[in-house]
Amino acid sequence: MNEEQIQRYSRHIILKEIGGKGQQKLFDGKVLIIGAGGLGAPIALYLAAAGVGTIGIADADDVDLSNLQRQVIHFTPDIGKPKVDSAREKMQAINPDVKVVTYKEWVSAANITGIIADYDFVVDGTDNFAAKFLINDACVMAGKPYSHGGILAFDGQTMTIQPGVSACYRCIFPEPPPKDAIPTCSQAGVIGVLPGVLGTIQATEAIKFLLGKGDLLTNRLLTYSALRMKFREVPLKRRATCPVCGDHPSIVELKDELDAMTVCDLGR
Amino acid sequence: MKVTINGKETALSENPARTIDSLLEELDVNQRLYVTVEFNGEVLDRTEHETTPVADGDTIEFLYFMGGGRS
Repeated sequence: MNEEQIQRYSRHIILKEIGGKGQQKLFDGKVLIIGAGGLGAPIALYLAAAGVGTIGIADADDVDLSNLQRQVIHFTPDIGKPKVDSAREKMQAINPDVKVVTYKEWVSAANITGIIADYDFVVDGTDNFAAKFLINDACVMAGKPYSHGGILAFDGQTMTIQPGVSACYRCIFPEPPPKDAIPTCSQAGVIGVLPGVLGTIQATEAIKFLLGKGDLLTNRLLTYSALRMKFREVPLKRRATCPVCGDHPSIVELKDELDAMTVCDLGR
Repeated sequence: MKVTINGKETALSENPARTIDSLLEELDVNQRLYVTVEFNGEVLDRTEHETTPVADGDTIEFLYFMGGGRS
């Protein structure tokens, strides 16, 4: 580390759980963020600020005026710009040390395995169940640890998955809800600060994973109610009957959940 | 009888015929058709909702789908 880096990361380096060695682990770490929106914004900003060496960010969308109430990585002059470009500019402005790799595409059964292959940890910041189930299945099949996050209105949930070790998303939710069954953020609304809380927890998990410190949020679903200002933790375990990580998986190859595909595209 | 639902002790009328399925209806639980139910620490298959009786002292968690993030 040069003089400037020692100064930049000094508050990390003095932590006994991080130190110079831990900071080096963060430099060497590679984290992929899928979704450059409400959850992706704080995740990307904090991981860049923390000095995670390589950060991938995937999103096919452009910045829209209605995003700015919560997607704090995008600014008013960014409207119309690809979200991944807008995000990369802010991440590099915070920390020029960080290599940002952008994927201006939606993840799909065809491309996700290739995209996640280069990373140590994946963070789900997507808004629709098709992507959430695809990310789970791809990460389970590739043995890639990841953080699940979901938000709606005033409530959020998050859990970290270590494939083969801890409960996966399908251990709780075996299959996606039918299209239009669950209201989306664009239909039901979302309080702007909510993804800040959940995304920051997800970024914390990515950092802890890279450091190898502390206890990950595995086998526990953390739920948050902003209205009641309460966190709750529901203990979970792997299910032998899980269709993807169970003893006799019925899902052995990736497929796009077309029925759940457009869940958050409605009313945009 | 008393059960614990999402961490809260909840009083229910005595009803020996009550199952998870009928409880979901009785309480008009959000996302009733899609919610995952964890019953005394075990996630139930949806097919078990109708066959699982609810008794005094049971611990029940409703786990909801939450999507949104990006848009």
